Amino acid sequence: MMKTLTVREALNEAMVEEMTRDESVFLMGEEVAEYNGAYKVSQGLLDKFGNKRVIDTPITEHGFAGVGVGSAFLGLKPIVEFMTFNFSMQAIDQIINSAAKTLYMSGGQLGCPIVFRGPNGAASRVGAQHSQCFASWYAHCPGLKVVSPYDAASAKGLLKSAIRDPNPVVFLEHELMYGQSFDDVPDNTEHLVPIGKAAIVREGTDVTITAFSMMVGYAMKAAEILAEQGISAEVIDLRTIRPLDTQTIINSVKKTNRIVSVEEGWPFAGIGSEICMLICEQAFDYLDAEPKRVCAKDVPLPYAANLEKLALPHTNDIINAVKTACYKA
Amino acid sequence: MVQKKNTEVSNQLLIEAYEKMLLIRRFEERCGQLYGMGLIGGFCHLYIGQEAVVMGLQLSQQPQDTVITSYRDHAHMIACNMDPRGIMAELTGRASGYSKGKGGSMHMFSKEKKFFGGHGIVGAQVSLGTGLAFAHQYKKDNGVCVAYMGDGAANQGQVYESLNMASLWNLPIVYVVEDNEYAMGTSTKRHAADTDFTKRGDAYGLATKKVNGMDFVEIYEAGLWALEHARTKGPVLLHVKTYRYRGHSMSDPANYRSKDEVNEIKINNDPIQRVKTLIEEKKLMSAEDFKALDAKIKDIMLDTVEFAKTSPEPEEHELYTDILVEA
Repeated sequence: MMKTLTVREALNEAMVEEMTRDESVFLMGEEVAEYNGAYKVSQGLLDKFGNKRVIDTPITEHGFAGVGVGSAFLGLKPIVEFMTFNFSMQAIDQIINSAAKTLYMSGGQLGCPIVFRGPNGAASRVGAQHSQCFASWYAHCPGLKVVSPYDAASAKGLLKSAIRDPNPVVFLEHELMYGQSFDDVPDNTEHLVPIGKAAIVREGTDVTITAFSMMVGYAMKAAEILAEQGISAEVIDLRTIRPLDTQTIINSVKKTNRIVSVEEGWPFAGIGSEICMLICEQAFDYLDAEPKRVCAKDVPLPYAANLEKLALPHTNDIINAVKTACYKA
Repeated sequence: MVQKKNTEVSNQLLIEAYEKMLLIRRFEERCGQLYGMGLIGGFCHLYIGQEAVVMGLQLSQQPQDTVITSYRDHAHMIACNMDPRGIMAELTGRASGYSKGKGGSMHMFSKEKKFFGGHGIVGAQVSLGTGLAFAHQYKKDNGVCVAYMGDGAANQGQVYESLNMASLWNLPIVYVVEDNEYAMGTSTKRHAADTDFTKRGDAYGLATKKVNGMDFVEIYEAGLWALEHARTKGPVLLHVKTYRYRGHSMSDPANYRSKDEVNEIKINNDPIQRVKTLIEEKKLMSAEDFKALDAKIKDIMLDTVEFAKTSPEPEEHELYTDILVEA
C-alpha cells in the first residue's frame, strides 16, 4: 500500500511515529511547539505529545544544541530542530566537539543518540547568510552521520532511521522540497530507509549522475531530456552523505565509465570533490572522461533574482556537463 | 561562627573529606612529576589549592546526581570515586585508562560513576550539564546535575544561554563557578566587568550564594543547601572563591602573579591544612593516625603510578574503534 504525502507531511509522520514508539524521543527548537514549526514540519506535535516532549526554545542555538547533547549523554533521544541549518553555525562546536567526538574520547562509554534536523541549502531570495549547503561541512567529521533525502518516502524512512540510530545524525532537509508531493510513500509505521545506502533512481548506461536533496529532481529532469537526445544517464540519489555508499557509485561508474556529480554547495572541497577522489582511487581505469561537477558558483549567494539564478546549479548545467563528459557538447 | 558550623558536619565526613583531599593533592603532585618526566603529554591542568571545592560539593550530593566539568578535571574524578589507577593510566595514554588512552587529561568520563567529563572546550560543559539536568527532569529520577566552570568560562555566551534555559524550565542544576582568580593568565579584575559572579545568576532568577572555597565546611554546607534547592525548587549558581597554586597548565610559569601572593594562601589559607586543624582540634585523629594516613596515600599513589607506567599502550586497531556505535 502506497500513499501520497508531501515531504513536510512525511517528516511529520516520521516524528509522530517515533515519538509514539519511544518515550525518550523529544523535539526541541525555535517555534516547534506553539507555532507548529516555522515551516510547519512539527504541525500538531504539541497537541499530540504535550509541552514536556515538544519544547519551544529561546533563540539560543549554541545553548540548546548543548542541552540536547547533554540530555542524550543521559539516555534521551533528542530531535533538535534548527530553523535553518545556517543557524547551526552558532552551535557547530557542540555538534562536532561534543556530539561527534565524545564516544571516541570516552573509549566507547558515552554515545550520543541525537538528530539535528532542519532545512539546508538555498531557499529563494533570502541572501547569502540564509542560503548554503552544509553537506560537506558536516560530512568532513568522523563521528557524525549526514543524511539528505530527496523524496517523501526517503525523507520519512531516513528520519525514522536517524531517530533510532545510536549516533549523532545531521539531517539536512530542503525548504523548497517541503511542499512537494510524492505518491509512493509506503503506508506503514515500520517504513525504514537504511542510513548509508544510496538509491539508483533511474538506470542508464552512458553516464552516472550523483545527486542529493533537491538536486535529485534536477538530475532526473536532465536525464529525461538527455534520453530524448540519445544519452542514457543513470541517476543515483545519494540519500546519505556520510557514510557514503561508495560501492553503488563505483559499480555504476564501472558500467557507464563517466561521472557527473551534482550538488547545491560550493565546489571547493565539496561532495563532488570527494566523489571524484573516490573514483580516482577505486575506479580510475574505468573512466573514459574526466569527472565533472555541477555545483553552486564559488560566491556567497546574491539576492538579485538574475544573479541568484546564475549562482545556483540548474538542469541545463547538468545536461551540459553530461554532454561534455560524453564528448557530445 | 566556625564553631557553629563544625557541629553540623559529622566527624566521619570530616575525616573522609581530609583523606580524599589529600589523595587529590598527592595525585596532582604526581601528575606534575610524570609530566616533567615526559610520561604525560599534551595539556595537564592541576587542581592543587582548590581541593575543598570539589570535596565539599561531592559529599553533599546523592548517588543519582551527575557531575560535569571542564579540563581541570582530575580531582572531580577522584571525588566521584573513580579509580586513580584508571585516571593516571589515561594520563599516560594507556589502554587501561578510563578512555582507553584515547581521551587524555581533558577528556575522561565514567558513566558508572556519573561523571560526564572532562571537556576541553571552555564553557561547553555548561550547556551539556544543563542537558543532563534536563534529562534528570524528563526522567523524573530526582537527580541534580552539578556543572562546574572556571571564572574564565563564566564569560562564555553559552553559559548565559544555559542559565536562561535552566531558569525558564526550572531545571535541577547547580552551576559552580570555581573562581580561582585567573582565567589562564588573566585575573578576574581584567576579564570580568563585575567580579561578583552571583550577580550573573541573579540576573536570570537563579538562587545564588557566594562561598569561601578554601573552607571545606562552608562549601559542604553551601552544597547541601544548593543541592536541596536545585532538587526541590530550581537552579542555583554558587560563586566559589578559591585559588590554584600551580600555573594554568604545566606549561605556564605563572609570571602574572607574585610568589608572595601564592605563598600567603599556601601558608595561611590552605584548604587541606584547615580541615586538618579542625580534625586536630576535635581530636578525631592522633599524630599516629595522620602518619598512617600519609603512608596509606603514598602507597596508593605508588601503586597508581606503577600501574600507569607499566600498563600497555592501546593496540593499534583501537585507532578505528569507538567512532560510531554499531546500530
